[in-house]
Amino acid sequence: MPDYSTQSLARLVQPDRVHRNLYTDPAIFALEMERIFERIWIYVGHESQVRNPGDFFATRIGTKPVVMSRHSDGRVYVVHNQCAHRGVQVVAEDSGNAQEFRCCYHGWSYHTDGRIKNIPLRHAYGARVDVNDPKLAMVQVPRVRSYRGFVFASLAPTGPSLEDFLGHIATSLDDMVDRAPDGEIEIAGGVFKHGYDGNWKLYLENLLDAAHPLFVHQSSIEAAKVQDDAVASDGSGEIAIRQMRQNGASYGFWESQVGIWTYPNGHAFLGDYHDDAKLVAAMKDPNFRDYIEALEAKKGKAEAQRILEVRRWNTNIYPNVSFMSQFQQFRVVHPISVDRTVVYTYNFRLKGAPERMFRNTIAFANVVNGTGSLVLTDDLETYGRVGVGLASAGAEWLNIARGADTDMPDAHNGRRGKNSTSEIYLRNMYEAWLHYMTGTKPGLAAAAE
Amino acid sequence: MSAAVNAATAPDLREIEAFLTHEAALLDEARYEDWLGLFAADAWYWVPSQPGQRDPFETVSLMYDDRRLLETRVRRLMQGLLHAQNPRSVATRQVTNAAILETPPGAAVVRSKFAMVEYRRNAQRIFAGSYIHRLVRADGTLKIASKRVNLVNCDAEHGGLVVPF
Repeated sequence: MPDYSTQSLARLVQPDRVHRNLYTDPAIFALEMERIFERIWIYVGHESQVRNPGDFFATRIGTKPVVMSRHSDGRVYVVHNQCAHRGVQVVAEDSGNAQEFRCCYHGWSYHTDGRIKNIPLRHAYGARVDVNDPKLAMVQVPRVRSYRGFVFASLAPTGPSLEDFLGHIATSLDDMVDRAPDGEIEIAGGVFKHGYDGNWKLYLENLLDAAHPLFVHQSSIEAAKVQDDAVASDGSGEIAIRQMRQNGASYGFWESQVGIWTYPNGHAFLGDYHDDAKLVAAMKDPNFRDYIEALEAKKGKAEAQRILEVRRWNTNIYPNVSFMSQFQQFRVVHPISVDRTVVYTYNFRLKGAPERMFRNTIAFANVVNGTGSLVLTDDLETYGRVGVGLASAGAEWLNIARGADTDMPDAHNGRRGKNSTSEIYLRNMYEAWLHYMTGTKPGLAAAAE
Repeated sequence: MSAAVNAATAPDLREIEAFLTHEAALLDEARYEDWLGLFAADAWYWVPSQPGQRDPFETVSLMYDDRRLLETRVRRLMQGLLHAQNPRSVATRQVTNAAILETPPGAAVVRSKFAMVEYRRNAQRIFAGSYIHRLVRADGTLKIASKRVNLVNCDAEHGGLVVPF
């Protein structure tokens, strides 16, 4: 396994190309876990998953298993899912409610904030275990912060605040929550779990790639284009087919109508390419009309209008989240190994919105994020082929240059592509990558000029 | 018991088993348009994502196609440019243990067990579970009014699911 110095890492990322080892070398993956996933703010879960004291949700920070829980003090904790005795996984269920966490092996038990509660045969350890030692616990993750219900955690005890880390990209999380007439959202409607044999970065990269749908999604575009709209539909198929057709929008549309904005720390969002005006409102959906009325009643006409005019497609919060506020989709990336990734995708329900509007969210999830979707399956195929292709010794460097000559500065310390097919989001993610991996100051994009 | 009322139209188990075997053969042979031809005009096809899932509207599904989307799914499967089926899968299905659960007038709700082996590009996947068919008779022939596929591992992490079950 090669040993990467700061200099050798820095050489792997250049202004318009990156080295293929970034996607294939287990040593790079191990460093990414250590210097990115186990250091910076990582999205863990949503507060609605742990609404009541004792509620818990088991997940991972990078490859480290953790449990997010609501303790009896009302606070949300994130603790390592590991018994202090013999290292056994304590919480085996994905989620639930518990009075305490108890290890299956020798019965050590923990409070739901991770503190030790009871050790069977305690006397036999004598003074060799100290129940006041914070390490004699399901150890708490040192920093846990919620932004409007979205819980982030950092395995590093010190570092930039969550607010500084998010910067302007927090406005996309605001958009997610502001759309709820009651100002609150909750995870609902199940979860998709899909895996692919490829690197974790591929997923984030694809979610902001406005140049791929015409090729990757050609099969569903062509199939949807000629679909007879007179055939019976309960609404699910109608939304799905509209989505597929819009994927087939012309390059002219992609280049001029969409937009791509990037911000420090690798975050970015793609502008909208088929907002709810195209998928829902244009259908004169009575639920959407009721929704607008509910939003106006709770927030006032002007604020409701402002909220509905925020039109963003996918927002990436680097390095493990990609979400879409208009249809309340939220995807969490779990890196497994250098060539294996699992993505969990969730839906949010908008509190105060008509109940039947959630059906649009589900229908949209099925087509955009579904494991058996007519759209997503071609993306998963592509990630797998990248993995196979990178095994080749043919090309050492991968190109990330599209649009590099025309990117421009933007407000809020950001930069944007002159048009939305710019790969500025790749260059921006790699600028953050380089910063985290080598400790160098951000400035890759500027250096490219 | 409504057996007397349904005697003229209700399918018996032998006819149902022949129908399920025929459906499996069409899928095995990738004759997807002929498979679509087995479905009624307002049919739906559903593969839930959660064990015991109540409906396809409030919870996500691995596949949930109303008739319109099912047509689009089949058309996509027949296309030459389908990346996720390049190369194509080869699959074989076994359908067994068919039992009639209900016999509403002119129809039958049937549960059967299935196993499907899918091979593609050096990898083989096994899927298994139960089918719930609602079969109706239209113009003398059996049609699928709805088909629900309960995978034993529906809530697992999966790679892309392209070939229908």
